[in-house]
Amino acid sequence: MAELAHDPYAENALDIMFPPPEGGHGGHGHHESTGIDNRKLGMWVFLSSEFLFFGALITNYLLFKGRDFGADALYPVELYDIPFTSISSFVLLMSSLTMVLAHSSLARGDQEQTRVWLMATATLGLVFISGQFFEFTEFVNQGLKLNVNPAASAFYMLTGFHGAHVVIGVLMLLSLWGFSIRRGGLSEDHGMNLELVGLYWHFVDIVWIALFVIVYLIR
Amino acid sequence: MATTTTPSPVVTTSIFRRPMSTAGFWSWVTTADHKRIGILYGYTAFVFFLLGGIEALLLRIQLAGPDGAFLSAAEYNSLFTTHAVTMIFLFVMPVSAAFFNYLLPLMIGARDVAYPRMNAVSFWIFLFGGIFIYSSLIFGTSPAPVGGNLPGGGTDASFLGSIPNGGWFMYAPNSGLEFSPGTSLDYAAVGLQILGAASLISAVNFIVTIFNMRAKGMRLLRMPVFVWMTLVVAFLLLFSLPIIAIALFMLTFDRQFGTLFFVASQGGDPILWQHLFWLFGHPEVYILILPAMGIVSEVLPVFSRKPLFGYPAIVFAGAAIAFLGFGVWAHHMFASGIPTVAQAAFGLSTMTIAIPTGIKIFNWMGTMWGGRIQLKTPMLFSIGFVSLFVIGGLSGVTHSIVPSDWQQTDTYYIVAHFHYVLFGGSIFGLFSGLYYWFPKLTGRMYNERLGKTHFWLMFIGMNLTFGPMHWLGLQGMVRRTWVYSADAGLGPWNLVATIGAFIIALSVLVFMSNWAYSKRRGPISPPDPWDARTLEWSLPSPTPEWNFGKEPVVHSLDDFWHLKYEPVEGGRVRRRDNADELVAELMDLHANPEEEIHLPAPSYFPFIVGLGVFIVAYGIIYHTRPWGIPMIVLGMLLAVGSFMGWGTEPLEEIHEEHDDDPGHDDHATAPASDLAGVDD
Repeated sequence: MAELAHDPYAENALDIMFPPPEGGHGGHGHHESTGIDNRKLGMWVFLSSEFLFFGALITNYLLFKGRDFGADALYPVELYDIPFTSISSFVLLMSSLTMVLAHSSLARGDQEQTRVWLMATATLGLVFISGQFFEFTEFVNQGLKLNVNPAASAFYMLTGFHGAHVVIGVLMLLSLWGFSIRRGGLSEDHGMNLELVGLYWHFVDIVWIALFVIVYLIR
Repeated sequence: MATTTTPSPVVTTSIFRRPMSTAGFWSWVTTADHKRIGILYGYTAFVFFLLGGIEALLLRIQLAGPDGAFLSAAEYNSLFTTHAVTMIFLFVMPVSAAFFNYLLPLMIGARDVAYPRMNAVSFWIFLFGGIFIYSSLIFGTSPAPVGGNLPGGGTDASFLGSIPNGGWFMYAPNSGLEFSPGTSLDYAAVGLQILGAASLISAVNFIVTIFNMRAKGMRLLRMPVFVWMTLVVAFLLLFSLPIIAIALFMLTFDRQFGTLFFVASQGGDPILWQHLFWLFGHPEVYILILPAMGIVSEVLPVFSRKPLFGYPAIVFAGAAIAFLGFGVWAHHMFASGIPTVAQAAFGLSTMTIAIPTGIKIFNWMGTMWGGRIQLKTPMLFSIGFVSLFVIGGLSGVTHSIVPSDWQQTDTYYIVAHFHYVLFGGSIFGLFSGLYYWFPKLTGRMYNERLGKTHFWLMFIGMNLTFGPMHWLGLQGMVRRTWVYSADAGLGPWNLVATIGAFIIALSVLVFMSNWAYSKRRGPISPPDPWDARTLEWSLPSPTPEWNFGKEPVVHSLDDFWHLKYEPVEGGRVRRRDNADELVAELMDLHANPEEEIHLPAPSYFPFIVGLGVFIVAYGIIYHTRPWGIPMIVLGMLLAVGSFMGWGTEPLEEIHEEHDDDPGHDDHATAPASDLAGVDD
C-alpha cells in the first residue's frame, strides 16, 4: 500500500461503481468480456480437452503397434487397404467443405441451400461411418478381433472412438436439419448452433487427418 | 433465501409444465441457480465426507493394536479404497465445486454462470455417480481370485468387502479380471468415469464464466485470487480428465470386452496404466489443493487487515504449479523400474514444484507480517493450512530424491505426507472457507467459541493421527496392509494415531452442531461482517436470487475495499467517514433492484440427464445380461432426449415485480389456479 495516489472512489462512490448505462438499453443484457459468444468459447474450450483425449488414444496405439506378440500375431498394419481408406478419408474431408457451404448459405439467409448442405454433410459423414463399419467387418473376418492382441485393441479403440465422434456429429447435423425443415427455417439462434456443430465437425475432420497419417500411412 | 423473490409466471410449451415452485423439494431438483447448486454440492459432499470419515475410523480401529481382528483383509482393502475415492472424488472435489459455484459469479460481478443448466447437469451427474459407486455395497461382488485366497478369509460373503477394493489408483494388473473378478472394480471404473464427466462439464462452464462473464472493468489481474485458482483448477481438469477417461475406458474394455491393454501375459502393459493414471493423478493433486490455496489467499488479507502481499506472484505461482504439475507424474513410479534418466528428470522436475509453492508460502507470510491479525476461526484454519501444508510440502520434496523415495514407497511415510497436504492443506483450507463465508450463505454468524474448539480439536487430532505415521513409515510399516505383528514395535504410535482419528471425529461433530445451530439461531450477521475486500461482500446476506441488483463497474483489485477506504498521507489508508453508509446503501441497492432481471429458468431436464447417465452405467456393467443393453438404450434416450427437450425451454425467465411479460410467448396452457401457488 505504498502508493495509492489514485482514489477511484474519492467522491460519489456509488455513482462511480454504478455509472449510468451507455446507450440507454438497460443494463440487463449479457455482455461477453472477451467478445466471443459463450457457447462458441465453450466449444473451443471443450475441443481443447478433446485433443488430449485423442492424444492419449494415439499414444496408446503407437505404443502397442510394433510390439512383439509372438510369431503368428496378426497386426492391424498388415490388413490396411490404403486406397479404400483414402477414398473414405476424402469423403470425410469433403464433408468439411459442405459444412462450410451450409454455414455460408445460412449467413446469406438462404434457407434452402442450408438444408441441402446440412443433409449433404450428414450423408458424407454416414458414408464415412459405413466405410469404417465395412473396414472393421473385413478386419474381423480376416482374424483381427478386438482381443487378439493389444495392438488390435488399440487400433479399434482409437478409430472406434473417432467413429463415435462422427456419429455424434451426424446426430447433431440431423437434428439441425430437422429444425431447418420447419416453417421459418433456422433462426438466428440456430445459426450459432450451426456454427458450433461446424466447429465440432471440423475438429473431428482434423483428428481424422492426423489418424490417417499416423495410423495408416506411417508404417 | 428462496422466498425473497417472485418469478413471473411464464408458461411456454414444453414437454413438462414449466417448473414453478420456488421453495421445497422440487425447486431444488429443478434449480439452475448457481448458489443453490453450490449449496447442493456442499451438503452432498459433506454427507460423503461423513461416510469417508466413518471408513477411516473403521480402518484406524483395525490398526489400533497389533494383529487386529476387527476387519478381514478383504474388508480392509475395500475400506481403504473407498475411503480414498470418497475423500478425493466425492468430498474435496465437489466441496471445492460448491465454493466455485456459490462464489465465482459473486466475485466477478456476474448474475450467474455461463451455462446455468449445464451447471445443474454436472451436479446431478456427480450425485448419481457417487450413489452409483456406493451402490456396489449392495450390488457389487468381489470373490477371491482363483487360486489366491486372501488371508482373513471370505470376500464375497462380506458386506463391506463388496465395495471397490483395488486402491483409488486401481493399479494393473491387480485391477484386471484375473486378480479382481466380480463387479466391484467395474463400479469404481465406470463410477469414476461418470464423476469425470461431471467435472469436465463444470470445468468448461467455469472457464467460460471467468473469461466471459466478468463485470465491466474486472480485468484478469483484478480478479480475486480465489477466482484465479478456480480458473487454474478448471484448466487442470480440462487437460487431465481426458487422460483418465481413456485409461478408465481401457480398463473397462479390458474387464468387459476382453481387450488386452493391461494383461501382461498377452503382451499388455501394466506400467502404461500407471503412466496414464498418474498423468491424470498428479494434476489431480493440484486440483485438490489449489481451491484451498485460493480460499486462504482471500482469508489471510482480510484477517491481517492488509492487502494480499505479492498478488501477481501468487497468481502466476498458481499457474506455474499447474503447468509443472503435468511434468512430474513419474515420481509416483520411481519404484516401478522406469529408466534411470527418466528417474533423474522427474526427480528434478519434482523439485522445481517447490519454487512456486515456496513463493506462495512466503507471500502468505508476507501478508500476515506486520498485520493486525484477528484470530477468528477462519484465520485459525488458514494459519493451520499454511503451517501444516509446509510440513506436507517438505516431506513431499523428499520424494523427489529417488533413492530416498525407494525407501519410502508404499510405506506410511507416504500416507503421512499426503494427509498433511490433503487434510492439513485442502481440508483446513476448505473449513476456513466454510466459516469465512458462513455469514454470506446464511445471513447469520456462527458461534466463535465452538469454531475455535473445532479448530483446536481438529489441529491436535490431525497431528496426532498423521504425525506418527512419519515415524511408522520410516520404521518400515507398509501401506495397505491390514495387520502388523506385535514384535514389529509399531503398536504405540498406531494407538496414538487411532486416538487422533477419534479426536478429529469429535471435532467434526462440534462443527456440525455449530453449523446446525447457527444456521437457524445464530445472531444476525451485520452487513460486511469481516470488513472484507471482495465483491461478494458488497451484497446482502444471504445473497439475493439475482445476485447484483445493479451490475457494478470495477476499478481496481479489491474494489469493494477501496470503496470503503481512502488513501492518506504516508502511504497509509483510512476508513472513509461515510463507509458504513456506503455499505448500507449498496446492500439496499442490491436488495431492491430497479431494473428487470433475467434469471436462469428452472428445468427438470438436468436431473433427468443425470438419471439417464446413471441407468447407462448399470447397463454397461451388466451388458451381458438380457436387460443390460435395453438399460443402456433407455438411459441414452433419457439423456439425449433431455438435451433435445431443453432446447424447447426458455433460456431464462424475467424477474420483475409486475405481471405483464410481453417478452415471452405466453400460451397460458396452465389454468390460472395453478399459477396462484407460485408466490409462497
